[in-house]
Amino acid sequence: MLGRTANGLNWMFRYIERAENSARLIDAGLRMSLTRSEATEDDWDGVLQSSGVRDIYDDLYENLTTADAIDFLLRDKSNPSSVMSCIDSGRNNARMVRTALTRETWEATNECWLDLKTMLARRVKPADLPEAIDAIKRKTALIRGAFHGTMLRNEIFNFSRIGTFIERADNTARILDVKYYVLLPAVSQVGSSIDNVQWESILRSVSAHRSYGWVYEAEYKPSNIADFLILNGRMPRSLAYCYEKIVSNLGYLAREYGETHAAHATAEETLSSLRSHSIKDVMDQGLHEYIENFISHNNRLGQEISDGYRFN
Amino acid sequence: MMNADNSPRQPYTTYNDWYASQDKARLIAKSKEAENIFRKTGITFAVYGHADSAEKLIPFDLIPRIISGREWRKLAQGIEQRVIALNAFLDDIYHKQEIIKAGRVPRELIERNVAFLPQMIGFRPPGGVYTHIVGTDIVRTGEDQFYVLEDNARTPSGVSYMLENRETMMQMFPELFHQNRVRPVENYPYLLRHSLASLAPPGCEGKPRVAVLTPGIYNSAYYEHAFLADMMGVELVEGSDLRVIDGKVKMRTTRGYEAIDVLYRRVDDDYLDPLTFKPESALGIPGIMDVYRAGNITIANAPGTGICDDKAIYSYMPEIVEFYTGRKALLENVPTWRCSEADSLKYVLENLADLVVKEVHGSGGYGMLVGPTASKKERVMFAEKLKARPSNYIAQPTLSLSTVPILVNKGIAPRHVDLRPYVLVSDKVQIIPGGLTRVALKAGSLVVNSSQGGGTKDTWVLED
Repeated sequence: MLGRTANGLNWMFRYIERAENSARLIDAGLRMSLTRSEATEDDWDGVLQSSGVRDIYDDLYENLTTADAIDFLLRDKSNPSSVMSCIDSGRNNARMVRTALTRETWEATNECWLDLKTMLARRVKPADLPEAIDAIKRKTALIRGAFHGTMLRNEIFNFSRIGTFIERADNTARILDVKYYVLLPAVSQVGSSIDNVQWESILRSVSAHRSYGWVYEAEYKPSNIADFLILNGRMPRSLAYCYEKIVSNLGYLAREYGETHAAHATAEETLSSLRSHSIKDVMDQGLHEYIENFISHNNRLGQEISDGYRFN
Repeated sequence: MMNADNSPRQPYTTYNDWYASQDKARLIAKSKEAENIFRKTGITFAVYGHADSAEKLIPFDLIPRIISGREWRKLAQGIEQRVIALNAFLDDIYHKQEIIKAGRVPRELIERNVAFLPQMIGFRPPGGVYTHIVGTDIVRTGEDQFYVLEDNARTPSGVSYMLENRETMMQMFPELFHQNRVRPVENYPYLLRHSLASLAPPGCEGKPRVAVLTPGIYNSAYYEHAFLADMMGVELVEGSDLRVIDGKVKMRTTRGYEAIDVLYRRVDDDYLDPLTFKPESALGIPGIMDVYRAGNITIANAPGTGICDDKAIYSYMPEIVEFYTGRKALLENVPTWRCSEADSLKYVLENLADLVVKEVHGSGGYGMLVGPTASKKERVMFAEKLKARPSNYIAQPTLSLSTVPILVNKGIAPRHVDLRPYVLVSDKVQIIPGGLTRVALKAGSLVVNSSQGGGTKDTWVLED
């Protein structure tokens, strides 16, 4: 397969993953602003930082307001991580690699783009926001469903999955990177309502506020939340889960091609660290340092995959 | 579709009975359904120069255009003769130039032509084939009366619409294909792949590897490039994927560089090789022309074939066909005045209101004047352009084109059409029974180009 095609698949799925993530972040931010009466500037600041676009926002807007932040995250073309920008880029990549996709996968992607383009043609009214966010999740879920239901499990599948999980790991790590301080035992006042809202918001940003309750018996504890998002191999957005998937997909490629690259060692090293550490180890080492280190390794892995498989 | 007495013409009789039994509201609904299929599938094209319209749909009319087997056979013979003559002409002008020496075509028309590539002089492509894929634009004026409107020997597009239109019709109206014996077009991608592979270069080792070269997703015909690559089961490559290594053109794959033997290119000559043609082109593959001339890759269609698309050359086609086949051309040309000739220019200027004037290198229906429908002001302005650069134009009479019915809100209405059958050339000439029927959707209009609001139809050739 062409290196450019592998690259296109990688980015198609990264962008679709990112679109979903942006929608989830808006959802979480919206929830915070509904739960608290005082000014919510800090909350949106956190959301914009998690999305990595605070600087771009400041270039465009004087003040940070709920309405502007939502619009910026949802449909602003000058924000490369806005839902609409991501769907645009994802679909452009899909067009480029169209010969590698099943008809079902392509059509789900194209329909997602057509529908969201109509839905996000103008500012979404606050009353319509929940429906808009739901629609984004639904449309991207359809792409995933068509992909899983119809694609051959070959190199095309592997490159797509690798893109999905590198992006997802990055997204989860960024959320932790911005909010790590509310998870530190020293500063958190256990049981205070402010912390509860913050914690729930983190869980909501990764759609895990319900599952958390099942796994940790509804006990909000910062170390448990960190454990869930970082080390829990059953939580589909945790760093450990993402790396299980990356390593297994890279493994399939290695078997098919009969060769390994630097990326294989990097991914396995990260996975074994995620497997062997306890959350106490992570906290002792310093949560913030751990996350920053993870993000930079994850970026390096992306580059090594691109080099090894001649994306460019 | 109809005879003078208002009865349906013979090939339409079965269809007409079916149509009469249909609920018209249902047909209109089907029409919308077809549009949705096209939109969902992404069968779109781009119109350059339109700000907001990055991707447009070509309107699809669901009443098929039907051609009898007998009429088709006659037409196909004429096309085959013409395509053979085009290849012989290209081989001649890039070698001995006998047609020039014989005084049948003026030398300056060839050698001063921008589409004439001196780099091709003395080189014979694999199998001696220059135009592997040809689209011959035809108009019908009456029973067995066909005229060639233009030859597309460079990179004829639109074949994906031929295939998708048929697919859509078969999905929506399967019963029609039980009632009528329509000759299949679906095997086109298969025939194309085999036709291309059979012309692999001498340097090809093992099974020929074919690839489609596209300028990328922003090209107006990108959908078609991806579609054809997909249907043929070959890679869709861009210039940036290709590199000349060890005298071969190779594509960058996830496992390293792999050789390509036959390149079906959908980029213009100018953008093929920055070392030979446009140095600033980012689309091309530096050095591919050297590989080509060394016999290590087949380029389809060959560089330099665009000269056959020139409308001034077109006006010589009757002579060209006769010169190389030794027989009178079976298909007629539309009478053409070359404005470069003083007498013709005078005639054209005096009769602008009755003529269609086209640029010799024009395509897509741009830069032309349709005299009968143009305003007086438009004609006056066009006359100035004509006088300033006469050799840039040719003129033709407006033919009384036959019409076919299209579905409109009130039922059916007649519209003008043309027809582009697709021809594959290897050691044999294969003409796909059918083609792309383009239809002018505006009542009375003669302009069928999709860039100018034309639509398309499924085209049926019946088995007799």
